[in-house]
Amino acid sequence: MGKVLKVNGADFSLERLLSLREFLIEQGYNPDHVATEINGEVVPKTAYESVVLSDGDVIEIVRFVGGG
Amino acid sequence: MDVDTPEIHGKLKNAKVAIAGLGGLGSHIAVSLARIGVGMLLLVDDDVVDLSNLNRQMYFIKHLGMPKTQALQEQIEQINPLVHVKIRTVRVEDHHVVELFEGYDVMCEAFDTQEAKAMLVSAALSRLPDLKVVAASGMAGYGSSNGICTERRMKNLYVCGDGEADAAAGMGLMAPRVQICAGHQANMVLRLLVGLEDV
Repeated sequence: MGKVLKVNGADFSLERLLSLREFLIEQGYNPDHVATEINGEVVPKTAYESVVLSDGDVIEIVRFVGGG
Repeated sequence: MDVDTPEIHGKLKNAKVAIAGLGGLGSHIAVSLARIGVGMLLLVDDDVVDLSNLNRQMYFIKHLGMPKTQALQEQIEQINPLVHVKIRTVRVEDHHVVELFEGYDVMCEAFDTQEAKAMLVSAALSRLPDLKVVAASGMAGYGSSNGICTERRMKNLYVCGDGEADAAAGMGLMAPRVQICAGHQANMVLRLLVGLEDV
């Protein structure tokens, strides 16, 4: 049942079924402050709740801080 | 004195670059790209020039109260009148992204808030697969200049900044570091326009 993901280049194991949004919150990210790519595809903001993480997913999370 | 090769000059002249947000980052990116002769610039911002902008943004006293798009268009006309400047004085919402940026080679994300940055980058990359995005994250304060770098984080996403220094009380946005970050963004745009994809 365990899933192995790659998150920002590092191995990560996941024991439960999680949506991208749940995963981000669990990892301490605010989903509104990041852009995310899964297996080379950028995830639209509207899909964060419906996308469920799968074994082998390669995830890139880019967090933005304020200022410009 | 033009010391560029005709080949480089031609690539820049045919390039179309969009800049979203004309604050401390975007105003300097726009001026840099105008000076090197990027053929078409799209400037997007819904704000007017305010006194509090003059500590780091490329505007003058005479621009106070004027839309940033117009103030910058006027300056570029005085720097390099050969640049074709298009302006859109609108607030960029998720549903505008395709209409605004379709057909551009590169879009610079130069917004202020975390939410706006994340929204724009996600929408642009997910809906415009040919667009390259050069974004910014982390340039507040007076930490080391060398903490600011350019990274390629996704196939079409480059991020400039230190990734950490959020604008906060006691650590505001200050001209030198904001300009360093804008310089990183403008140089990454230049590299992409001449055909270099690595940072």
